[in-house]
Amino acid sequence: MLSIKDLTVNVNDKQILKGINLEIKPGEIHAIMGPNGSGKSTLSHVLSGKAGYTVTGGSATYQGKDLLEMSPEIRAREGVFLAFQYPVEIPGVSNIYLLKAALNSIRKHNDQPEVDAMDFLTLVKEKVCLLEMDEKFLYRAVNEGFSGGEKKRNEILQMAILEPKLCIMDETDSGLDIDALKIVAEGVNSLRSAERSFVMVTHYQRLLDYIKPDFVHVLAQGRIVKSGGPELALELEEKGYGWVEDNQAAA
Amino acid sequence: MNTATATRYAVKYQAIASALPGQTLPWLQTLRAEALMAFSESGFPSPREEEWRYTNVSAIEKKLFSPSISLPAGSIDAQWLKSYQLQDAWVLVLVNGHFSAELSVLDDLPEAVSVMSMAEALAKQPDQVQKHLGLATAQSEHGFVAFNTAWFTDGLFVHVPAKQVLDRPIQLLHIVTDADIMSTTRNIIIVDEMAEAKVIEIFIGVYSATSSEIVADNAYLTAAVTEVYVGQNADLTLYKMQSESEKAYHFGGSYIKQARDARFTHHNFAFGGLLARSDIHADLDHASECELNGLYLGSKRQHIDNHTRINHLKPYAVSREVYKGVLDDRARGVFQGRVIVAIDAQQTDSQMNNRNLLLSDDAEADTKPQLEIYADDVKCGHGVTVGQLDEKSIFYLQSRGIDEETARNMLTFAFANEMVDKIKIKGLHDMVLEQVLTRFPQEGVNKEWL
Repeated sequence: MLSIKDLTVNVNDKQILKGINLEIKPGEIHAIMGPNGSGKSTLSHVLSGKAGYTVTGGSATYQGKDLLEMSPEIRAREGVFLAFQYPVEIPGVSNIYLLKAALNSIRKHNDQPEVDAMDFLTLVKEKVCLLEMDEKFLYRAVNEGFSGGEKKRNEILQMAILEPKLCIMDETDSGLDIDALKIVAEGVNSLRSAERSFVMVTHYQRLLDYIKPDFVHVLAQGRIVKSGGPELALELEEKGYGWVEDNQAAA
Repeated sequence: MNTATATRYAVKYQAIASALPGQTLPWLQTLRAEALMAFSESGFPSPREEEWRYTNVSAIEKKLFSPSISLPAGSIDAQWLKSYQLQDAWVLVLVNGHFSAELSVLDDLPEAVSVMSMAEALAKQPDQVQKHLGLATAQSEHGFVAFNTAWFTDGLFVHVPAKQVLDRPIQLLHIVTDADIMSTTRNIIIVDEMAEAKVIEIFIGVYSATSSEIVADNAYLTAAVTEVYVGQNADLTLYKMQSESEKAYHFGGSYIKQARDARFTHHNFAFGGLLARSDIHADLDHASECELNGLYLGSKRQHIDNHTRINHLKPYAVSREVYKGVLDDRARGVFQGRVIVAIDAQQTDSQMNNRNLLLSDDAEADTKPQLEIYADDVKCGHGVTVGQLDEKSIFYLQSRGIDEETARNMLTFAFANEMVDKIKIKGLHDMVLEQVLTRFPQEGVNKEWL
């Protein structure tokens, strides 16, 4: 699905990612954990094509194609989805409008006809229900005046409707209370499938109690310093990020 | 402006004077004579005046627009008219500043409610008119008000008696059919205690009876003044959309007096004209609420100026103002917003916001919010932005599969649409939306999905 090799990235001439290697197969969930400033958000931004990052070396191959060559919208149409840490408010564009525009641009890319209006509504309502959102949200402007939890739920709603192949979740759990977290996790879990992969970037172990990862990677100072199974997250929780950083320093 | 030009206009006055409505009323004759005198002395406003510093109307001086003496002969295409006429509304149509009974729809008015042409009101209710004409604004305001008072040929008169809640909006439709003329109209809207009403004012460009379409390249002058009186605890919403033709000159002033606890909402859509200026001036009483919304769209060489003044005269009044502009090509948008809080207007709560989106390097926005606060216990704020589209929003849309150009078009549209969405009357909402969509790139904005 996604193969990242020796990826190095600069922001304003400062090296942030210093050689990332990551192999993600279909159906897998990878959690990337790390302290603040370790480069977690940079990694998710670079994968989704945000401007302001210079790739200085290495590669990211997505389904056999060079991901880094694609514009952000092509990545999205090819099935990459970024759930934002800070979803943007767009006054004047309703949620339902955005969903329709997004879904149709993806369908067009895949040579499918525009979605039928009735089918679309049925699909949307079903997902709204799944995320325990009020239908009224659909007709409100994108994220405008939404609470932190509502914004994150809205990201998962989009994800559920666009059905991406690779979901990158950038600190989706930050700022969520436990109830909102459970709903978001449930939404994500319902999307798990043998064809769909997830990269969950998070600072906190708590998210992983609700969405069980196959692999956990620890990112520190621009490198993956440790990889393991779900048990690594628990170990981290217990010992703190200082533990891996100290280990790395010792090595 | 030199007074010679004013004199040229004044001479033209002689030709139309006898045809003006209310000429048998001595008080009106006096008022018009005074106004003519004031205009002859001052002429049109000059950029030397602080309230007009960004807007130079000298182009109007160079042309000498002629008054239209009567309703023009020739019919107006019903189909064309329909696209501007609201269903389920009382509609009063003015053609070149003259009332057309044939095109108007004033059936089934509740008995005590008056909706009629100004000429008819001067004949039937001269006392009411006398009491209100020139009370919300004076000729001394500036040359356009004086000009209007001297020349007005007709207009709309509305009186909604106490406790009457109108279930339909009242629509005033201004149509100009000829080039080089001036349409000078005066409106009075009175909403008594506890009454509620919605009034819509629409200005549309030169219409040619022969080709059944708007002739975009003819110049004409609109000078309209509306005086509004909102009674105690009454509620009035006023909508204005000016979609004048490309070379037209437009002045439209709304002057509002709000009584205690009165609520007034204004939606101002300024789309057309080569040079267009709006005044919206409101005087607030104890605990009045005033909401001013505006959207101006400029392209080519348009100059669109919106001037607002909110006068907090008494305590506890609330005012909210949002004006947004989208400017392309070499267009220039002007926003001057004044909020004045009088010394005893304690507990005033006022917010003013002006946001401008520039789509080209040659477009310009001049924005000047002014707070003048003489009371010491108030909550007043203002904010202004002039800029381009937000890159974060563009990336957000791209990350959902939408290409950059479409994203830009969507966001431009959305910026404007936020103001359109505030319209609560479906027919009007659709009409304004249509105007917005024809004026800006539509690729990426799918009307069917809105």
